[in-house]
Amino acid sequence: MTHSPLLVLDGVSVRFPVGMDWLGRPIAHVHALNGVDIAVEAGEVLGVVGESGCGKSTLANVLTRLVKPTAGSLAWTVGARQRLQIVFQDPQSSLDPRLPVWRIITEPVFLREHRTVADLKRLAGDLAEQVGLRREQIGRYPHEFSGGQRQRIAIARALSAQPDVIVLDEPTSALDVSVQAQILNLLADLRRARGLTYILISHNISVVRHFCDRIAVMYLGQIVELGPAADVLARPAHPYTRLLLDAVPEIGRSLDAGLAIADTELPSNRRLPAGCFFRDRCPFVVDGCERPQSLAPFAGLTADNHLARCHRAADLVEDIV
Amino acid sequence: MADPSRVVLEIRNLTLRFPTYGGAVHAVNGASIRVDAGERVGIVGESGSAKSVTSLMAMRLLPEGRFEVAGGSVALCGRDILAASEKEMVNIRGRDVAMIFQEPLTALNPTRRIGRQMLEVIRLHRGLSGRAARDLAIRLLGDMRIADPEQVFGRYPFELSGGMRQRVLIGLAFSCEPKLIVADEATTALDVTVQRQVLHLLRAKANSLGTAILFITHDLAVASQFCDRLYVMYAGAVVEEGPTAEVLGAPAHPYTQALLDALPERAAPGERLRSIAGSVPDLTAELSGCAFAPRCAQASAVCERRPALIPTGSDGHRAACWLAAKAVQ
Repeated sequence: MTHSPLLVLDGVSVRFPVGMDWLGRPIAHVHALNGVDIAVEAGEVLGVVGESGCGKSTLANVLTRLVKPTAGSLAWTVGARQRLQIVFQDPQSSLDPRLPVWRIITEPVFLREHRTVADLKRLAGDLAEQVGLRREQIGRYPHEFSGGQRQRIAIARALSAQPDVIVLDEPTSALDVSVQAQILNLLADLRRARGLTYILISHNISVVRHFCDRIAVMYLGQIVELGPAADVLARPAHPYTRLLLDAVPEIGRSLDAGLAIADTELPSNRRLPAGCFFRDRCPFVVDGCERPQSLAPFAGLTADNHLARCHRAADLVEDIV
Repeated sequence: MADPSRVVLEIRNLTLRFPTYGGAVHAVNGASIRVDAGERVGIVGESGSAKSVTSLMAMRLLPEGRFEVAGGSVALCGRDILAASEKEMVNIRGRDVAMIFQEPLTALNPTRRIGRQMLEVIRLHRGLSGRAARDLAIRLLGDMRIADPEQVFGRYPFELSGGMRQRVLIGLAFSCEPKLIVADEATTALDVTVQRQVLHLLRAKANSLGTAILFITHDLAVASQFCDRLYVMYAGAVVEEGPTAEVLGAPAHPYTQALLDALPERAAPGERLRSIAGSVPDLTAELSGCAFAPRCAQASAVCERRPALIPTGSDGHRAACWLAAKAVQ
């Protein structure tokens, strides 16, 4: 794998104001992202996992520049074409029902440059074929297609802008397993053929395990663990990653196997906890957890780019092996 | 065959059509499902397999006049549900059978406090009022390990997290100590850690009251962890049934096998996933023969006739496939 970063996020934080006082000043903030540092490498598939409210979708919005970071920066390396597209979770609501498919697919091109209708239709037909639709189907409307086919249309639309990076926000979670397999195969083929970089946001660990080179685990707006997919999933170093992996249902594994579940709710992101964010739910809490943790390498790691935001990472990873 | 007195739900050969302008949709085509007392039974299948429609018939929750029963029977605790009057059904729903839906935000009334919604059910079905009803509601919330039940009692649904709302609904479903709870994708909208918590609570409470659960899901892994027995549905019919470990460990129907093969965890990272060729059959036409045959790699001439559920040899494990029949002989 190449180690040339394409896109670097440095200390990206996002907070949204909630509630206003009588002067229109916000009385509180929702802290959606709290210092995300990550370098997206060219040609990799980076998986982002975590529970609802961990900031996955805000991260997608920052990447697509739908949301401006409150602090920190997002920088493309020199030479990158800076084109980034997104494929959303629900192909039902992400396609305009009143546009024919060829218009949907070529929308990104239509917005950037002047082209004749014949030209756009030809482009749409080519892209449709690349994603496994038939050329003659491009005159139809989205409702005439099944969920899996609609997701193919959304992928074709992303491709039409000739992006370097595609953000895939839960691309298969609205689909049946057999259709999911088709879409994942298609995405893998396109990546190989076009040298694409993917950022896959998903809560489905088995999809991430199958598809990603690197995984970032998010909790309360921070990356708590980052590393090669195989290492993170087989030798999780952060207690939260372990909790998450133990909760993933698996055929043939008992509901009672793994770490005991903490009954505590996810902490609110209105007032951030002091010290380690996971402290209140962590079964391995000791002295020192009241200090803020940094995302760092730890003793006993097997891959040099495996990082965890936990001062006990070395003990915990030991404990599993 | 099971002891008839222990059977809670018996759907036999149910055939259901939805009349539309374009002709009738043959949604359910002879599905038989049995749930015994205290059992956790799963129905798995993809969208359009009629798993939800079949389970909604356990409570006759489909809109009256919009469906047509072309054959078969549904019996709940020995009572014929299809012949019951709407008035009788009102009593049966909630008392004998309760339902947990996928999306707890739409199942709860957003304009009323949690407590008031719980008391309404308890008053109606349990005949309790005042202090006693309130105590029961708070106890149910406590059983669902809600940290501060008194406080949650006075809150609105939007003030609770998804997991909390689902726990409120599960508590409510148990309020009348029903014989059967139908859980339709009850944990699909939840995060994995919360899902695990909710499954634990559901199992513990059902065990302590001896409640049977009919668990409808598209997630084979969740079904494998939660259910004693499974039904696999395809195009409105049961294609395979049996103990969970048998069905998922040694699938006898090519469709079950194909579903398992399509899971990303069955392939090595980066390897191509095996998908199922073709698409689900058009249900506006009457199905002749095996519904899965056009997509099945092992289909042959015999598949033009529709196979019945054939025992595969191991206890209670049956598959609607001619191959299973051949394997037994």
